[in-house]
Amino acid sequence: MNALYLRRRITNWVAMGLSTLATLIGLAFLAWILWETLRQGIAALNPSLFTKITADGAEGGLANAMVGSLIINFIGIAIATPIGVLAGAWLAEYANRTKLGESIRFLNDILLSAPSIVIGLFVYTIVVLPSTALTHGSTSFSGFAGGIALALIALPVIVRTTDEMLRLVPSTLREAALSLGVPQWKLTLQILIRAARSGIITGVLLALARISGETAPLLFTAFGNNYMAVNPIDKMSSLPQIIYQYANDPGDAMHSMAWAGAFVVTMFVLLLSLGSRLVLSRNKVSHE
Amino acid sequence: MSAQPGTIAPSSIIQEQRSRRDALDERLFRWLLMGCALLVLAALLGAAGATLWGGREAFATFGWHFLVSTAWDPGNDVYGALVPVYGTIVTSLIALLIAVPVSFGIALYLSEVAPPWLRTPVSSAIELLAGIPSIIYGMWGLFIFAPFFADHIKPWLTSNLGDKPDDGKLSWLVQHVPFIGKLFGSDYPFGASILVAGIVLAIMIIPFISSVMREVFQTVPTRLKESAYALGSSTWEVSWDIVLPYTRGAVIGGIFLGLGRALGETMAVTFVLGNAMTLSASLLDPGTSIAATIANQFSEASGLQKSSLMALAFLLFVVTFIVLLIARLMLRQLARKEGR
Repeated sequence: MNALYLRRRITNWVAMGLSTLATLIGLAFLAWILWETLRQGIAALNPSLFTKITADGAEGGLANAMVGSLIINFIGIAIATPIGVLAGAWLAEYANRTKLGESIRFLNDILLSAPSIVIGLFVYTIVVLPSTALTHGSTSFSGFAGGIALALIALPVIVRTTDEMLRLVPSTLREAALSLGVPQWKLTLQILIRAARSGIITGVLLALARISGETAPLLFTAFGNNYMAVNPIDKMSSLPQIIYQYANDPGDAMHSMAWAGAFVVTMFVLLLSLGSRLVLSRNKVSHE
Repeated sequence: MSAQPGTIAPSSIIQEQRSRRDALDERLFRWLLMGCALLVLAALLGAAGATLWGGREAFATFGWHFLVSTAWDPGNDVYGALVPVYGTIVTSLIALLIAVPVSFGIALYLSEVAPPWLRTPVSSAIELLAGIPSIIYGMWGLFIFAPFFADHIKPWLTSNLGDKPDDGKLSWLVQHVPFIGKLFGSDYPFGASILVAGIVLAIMIIPFISSVMREVFQTVPTRLKESAYALGSSTWEVSWDIVLPYTRGAVIGGIFLGLGRALGETMAVTFVLGNAMTLSASLLDPGTSIAATIANQFSEASGLQKSSLMALAFLLFVVTFIVLLIARLMLRQLARKEGR
């Protein structure tokens, strides 16, 4: 009996020890990755990164990539937000327990983790190839196509958070409005979406964090451009795409610029996810 | 109809007009919303359709042979999917092999072992790992981890487990265990390899799997766990015999979710795979994956090569769709059990 007890205790210790070890391993890799990004990124930071363009090569900067990233992300979010919020509202308010609603909700969760490179090829087929016919032959990659690809990646994130947040709104609010004779579309747009506003903003910020690091869908849509481009119908470069290009380059100067870009992107993404948490927690306080 | 000046329209008519207008608005609004929701469906169907359409030439030219051929020869315009498919599957399996036990450990630690004040900061830190863009993992893999692996881990692996050790002497293990020598034998000098890609993928999917596992572990009724503790079970016994069986379906769902991520990941693996279009049994040799092949070749490809890449993308999409479908179905079972 004593031996059995001892064996069980040892098994328990070993298991608890291994589980603590697993957590430490996870945290260690997080620390390692963040540390290298900070160390190499900060070492490579200098003012010309923000003022010069990639056409200058090793003596250049990343200004056009940063501007491109901002424009492409803005287009992506500007397309995905209204569509995603309305689709989420449909799921939560109109189709909550219907078969079609359940299937769309289910498929949305799948789209959430669909391979982004396939999304890129999809947009290449439906946007880049058809507009090539308009530009007489030369393949018309564009910042706009990149924005659409990113919109398709942001869409499921926004749909899901809107859907979840609207379902959290107490149904007494709906009943109160409906009993006053407010039509349902007005209820949805002016009361429910407003009540769930901070949750929806969180979703949009999370979607922005998600797309601002995406590389694969931009390779065949926005393509890249070594010069400053602000018109969305031009080829446009973006930070992740430049990181990809420079990291593959044999030159050391290019590598350090890639690290600087990685640092900027990582900081942007981390600040966004921090910000989205703040929006959500502040709202929780205000309800109490 | 507008009310004439000087006369007062009966209120019932105004009301009727108003309710008719509201009904119309309502219907339009409902259609608009449904149209937006259907875009989700359209995106999935469109992605499948576009890649299938783009790959039709490759499928028509090579037929089923495309799936089993190792050829990838732009010079002779002959293409087969086996090498990238093999790389995708093997890197994802390595990733799962590492990530599943580690994620289980993390989820266990966060739900049963850690003191309560430590749980939130540690789980937020792990979730932070999930937010880092995949290209950062790729860069870290390329510049930091692959050289580290080549200097410190690979020599040990090749000399102790491989059939091509530097000093030419085979270790006891290699002489007595079949296949292991082939798996770890390599004379490729760099770190970039299928194994490194698998490890980088594992680090990437650990936060996904562990956060799903932690969430489902928390759905186990406290009553059930406390009963087991009252009978004298240890923490490990409660976790292994009560928590895990209760959440089995959802845990498998979480694992499949991670697998779906790993299969479709591009940037984290493209840098560390080495991009060799050859099939090698060794995990320490470079290889390629579907996503990496597309990322590397699509811009310069044309004709049949482009079509073959589209066909590869279609295969990838179908496989990840099925994996994610299974994952979501498994996870939904638990939600139903909870009565949600």
